[in-house]
Amino acid sequence: MKKVDRTVIERRIVFLILVLAVMLPMLFPLGLKTQSTPLTQKVYDLIESVPTGAPVILSFDYDPSVITEIQPMALALIEHAWKKGHKVIATAMWPQGPQMADRAFNEVKEKLAEQNPEAELPEYGKDYVNLGYKPGGLVTIQGMGRNMKAIFPSDITGKKYEEIPLLEKVRTLKDIRYVISLSAGDPGLRDWIMTAKGKFNVPVAGGTTAVSTPGFLPYVSDQDQLHGLLGGLKSAAEYELLMGYEGDASRGMNPQSVAHILILLLILFGNIRAARKRKADKLALEENNG
Amino acid sequence: MKRNAPLVVAFIAGLVVLVGGFIPREPFPSIESTLIDWFMIISGFAILLGQASLLHLNITRVKEKMPNWPYYLAGLISFALMLIVGLLWGMEQTPGLLGQGDGIVKSLGAKPFDYLFTNAFIPLSATMFSLLAFYIASAAYRAFIIRTFESNLLMITAVIVMLGRTSFAQLLTGWIPDKLSFLRLPELTNFIMEYPNTAAQRAILISAALGIVGASLRIILGIERSYLGGGK
Repeated sequence: MKKVDRTVIERRIVFLILVLAVMLPMLFPLGLKTQSTPLTQKVYDLIESVPTGAPVILSFDYDPSVITEIQPMALALIEHAWKKGHKVIATAMWPQGPQMADRAFNEVKEKLAEQNPEAELPEYGKDYVNLGYKPGGLVTIQGMGRNMKAIFPSDITGKKYEEIPLLEKVRTLKDIRYVISLSAGDPGLRDWIMTAKGKFNVPVAGGTTAVSTPGFLPYVSDQDQLHGLLGGLKSAAEYELLMGYEGDASRGMNPQSVAHILILLLILFGNIRAARKRKADKLALEENNG
Repeated sequence: MKRNAPLVVAFIAGLVVLVGGFIPREPFPSIESTLIDWFMIISGFAILLGQASLLHLNITRVKEKMPNWPYYLAGLISFALMLIVGLLWGMEQTPGLLGQGDGIVKSLGAKPFDYLFTNAFIPLSATMFSLLAFYIASAAYRAFIIRTFESNLLMITAVIVMLGRTSFAQLLTGWIPDKLSFLRLPELTNFIMEYPNTAAQRAILISAALGIVGASLRIILGIERSYLGGGK
């Protein structure tokens, strides 16, 4: 029988522990609460500061691989924008972005319908629209700054730009009150900062995966190149907290927190083992040298 | 001629956009606008080219029965399946060649493209990304070993930031009195992210930006020709 390498066994044990560390808090929630941070508050304040009826852009610059981290942000932001009466225009710099936008719109509508079956739900074309995907990143945004209709002649249903009531008064990017790019890489948030904010002075906020958040922090400066930033699941949970509900992100923070602690313990274990090995090697060397 | 023509096009296009950035007067905005249209058309074709290249590469690998060829075949079948159902019945509100496919929507609950997207593509993509957690956990105890002063610093910072980004942070250090609140994990994490991290990131950004300016000038002036292909 083939002997299994010790490293492989160790790796399998680690995988098993990680599965348990993620699964158990999902089955038995720990009820841990998260705290809002200034960066999340800044995004919230931006939406709060814009008057009812203002056209805004939510750009879905991600694909399903990061759905766990970014989709809860999309849901919270759409709900907030709709509650404030903003007219939400969805665009996408990634091919799967329009589907992500549609899922998010439908999910929020279902939630609102559940909460209040008699409430008037946001109407497609009047309160929100999905303009779909366009390649080109930065250059596309530059084009939007000159003529939105030229870049998006129709929405994802094939309806012409001029026939969509929401877009009646939206000629260029300058008519937009804020842009929030939910971004998983390039093209994405950086292009919006450089063009929408840098060239056309439209306030830009963003939501990214936790791993890419540090790279965007320099833009959250006194010049407000970036008007707040949601970084990873934690920020999504913070936004849910500000919105006053516990959604997927808040629930996801329990397993994520336990997994982080597990990784820290593994690092500690690895270091103790390495220190013991170094000590043993040193002793062996001393014995050999006589 | 074959090599010089793209160089001339790159030089003129680059120069016009560059000058247009400094002189926002006609004819530059009009030319820039036209170039933007061209760029978007070329980007659209680039997607087609990418798909053609993907097909060609995978078909060759399957034909030659290269190692792991069944995976390439699975990729090709998935590609063809999504393409066919998308063309026949469209996606979401967009109709396909056979219309909206009401009959099939009744039995599946969604259009075939949307059904596959929701029930296959989304879970598979999320799973692939989630696998990272397993590699990180496995690498954590084998690779993240303190050997030097720098690795010690890195370790301390990592521990603070990782703990500070969990829901345990408040639980662990919430008891610290308000006077010493800067010692609480969330505050320490915010400090590390806001100052040392931002300073280092700014340096990287500025260096990268200077590098991009240099590389762009090399392309405009025809010094950098690797994008043309064909070796040197």
